Amino acid sequence: MRLNESTILLNVEAGTKEEVLRVMGNNLISLGLVKDSFVPAVTAREKEYPTGLPTAGVAVAIPHTDVEHVLKKTISIATLKEPVTFGVMGGDSSESVKVKVVFMLAMEEAHSQLSLLQQLMQLFQDEKKLMTIVNATKTEEVTELLYNNLGLNTQGGD
Amino acid sequence: MKKKKVLVACGAGIATSTVVNNAIEEMAKENGLKVDLVQIKISEVGAHRDTADLLVTTAMTKNEYPFPVINARSFLTGIGTGQTKKEILEALKA
Repeated sequence: MRLNESTILLNVEAGTKEEVLRVMGNNLISLGLVKDSFVPAVTAREKEYPTGLPTAGVAVAIPHTDVEHVLKKTISIATLKEPVTFGVMGGDSSESVKVKVVFMLAMEEAHSQLSLLQQLMQLFQDEKKLMTIVNATKTEEVTELLYNNLGLNTQGGD
Repeated sequence: MKKKKVLVACGAGIATSTVVNNAIEEMAKENGLKVDLVQIKISEVGAHRDTADLLVTTAMTKNEYPFPVINARSFLTGIGTGQTKKEILEALKA
């Protein structure tokens, strides 16, 4: 799993979820991690199958899409200056949640990410750790927390 | 008891369904239940309409199915996990 500081975006200013997805997705495109088709695909999927999660602390969203739009598996994280409204995963279309942290997942292969995903869900359930991400002023703080909690390699690679 | 065919679905069929799939697998093992888990995209549920016994999903579905549908978002947020597990177990034992 690739994780480097260039996929961590702090205090992103965005008014809508579409804007957030565009900013994050375009960053991944410029890093050569996903295809150009990733942004429209992830945006369309978010509309149909929203990924906002009303967790105990700050709400998060985990936008992702089909593997064919991905070049290298990646997690990108954005903290938002102001919360942005996402639809609630599995909710009916009227349910929404104000999201403060977005974890964009670029999955390369189906069914191969179990332990990473489980650790990510554990992280969502830990209000204190989520607040550390929300309040981070340096990308290193986020990469360090992820490294410690997700068992990721901080220096790119797989 | 007949082995139950359980569909585990999410929007893309790769991320949250993987977590839910594993949770059900563990539950079934703990309770000595034999299940046939099929991990799919929510859009693929229709193809299993006549053969499935249960759908556990993190994605919304407006369709009506001849089997119970259980929302598994709690496995991702940690809120209400006990209740969801209870619902799934009851459906598996039914």
